[in-house]
Amino acid sequence: MAIKKIAFIVEKLPYKSETSRLALTHAIASQTVEIHLEDGDNVEPVLIFVGEGVLNCLKDQKALDVYGVTSLEMHIKNALLLDLKVQVCKEDLDGFGLTEDSIVMDAEEIGGEVTTEVVPYDEIQKSLEAADHLMFF
Amino acid sequence: MGKLTIGCFSSLVGSMSLDFAVKLSEAAVKKGHEVDLWLSGNGTMLGKKGQSKFRDYSYLMGTVKELIESGKFKITNCEACAKARGIGREDTEEGFGIASMDWYLASAFGADRVLHIGGE
Repeated sequence: MAIKKIAFIVEKLPYKSETSRLALTHAIASQTVEIHLEDGDNVEPVLIFVGEGVLNCLKDQKALDVYGVTSLEMHIKNALLLDLKVQVCKEDLDGFGLTEDSIVMDAEEIGGEVTTEVVPYDEIQKSLEAADHLMFF
Repeated sequence: MGKLTIGCFSSLVGSMSLDFAVKLSEAAVKKGHEVDLWLSGNGTMLGKKGQSKFRDYSYLMGTVKELIESGKFKITNCEACAKARGIGREDTEEGFGIASMDWYLASAFGADRVLHIGGE
């Protein structure tokens, strides 16, 4: 029985490419990974937004209206609903003049109980060190 | 011998990342390692049937087929990414797996090393 931690580090802009979307969908896919593993084995994901990647977390995205695709905001809410750990780098938020009020912090309206963690880079570094595998998107 | 899981999200033509991923897979298999190659996003183009071998464009299918025949190499397309691009089972070369994204995470679970090459 083993748990492997995988860190999904998102550093790319939203909507410029498919990259950050695939980070979210792959992280959420951890919810069904058990069907491929031995009993008791599992994957524990952590989603980490750094650099320009913090812009994926902006509130009130209109991707469905503008592009006809699910917004990154909705994917983040789904991740929170599924109790995934979501961390956003505070220094990078500050760099863009953003605060917790600017980003998706919870998924209460769809029943989510977990909230986004806005943390200094030191904390993100700890998550990276604790991970078995890192995937940069 | 170890197991290497590679995720590659870059396109066949337009980026050389997929060329690198296949070259690395070939080197690892020749050393006796096992390799899982997960193709997502534009990377799913690698499995498309009917590719032509022109000198100005990458053509990896010959190497990929040799790797599949080695028995130490699994190559799998992300089903949703491929279908979104109009690439179904019938459009995909024999020997390619088709799976959902959890396959990649399960492969990473059992890997000694994971090399993730994101998209463009």
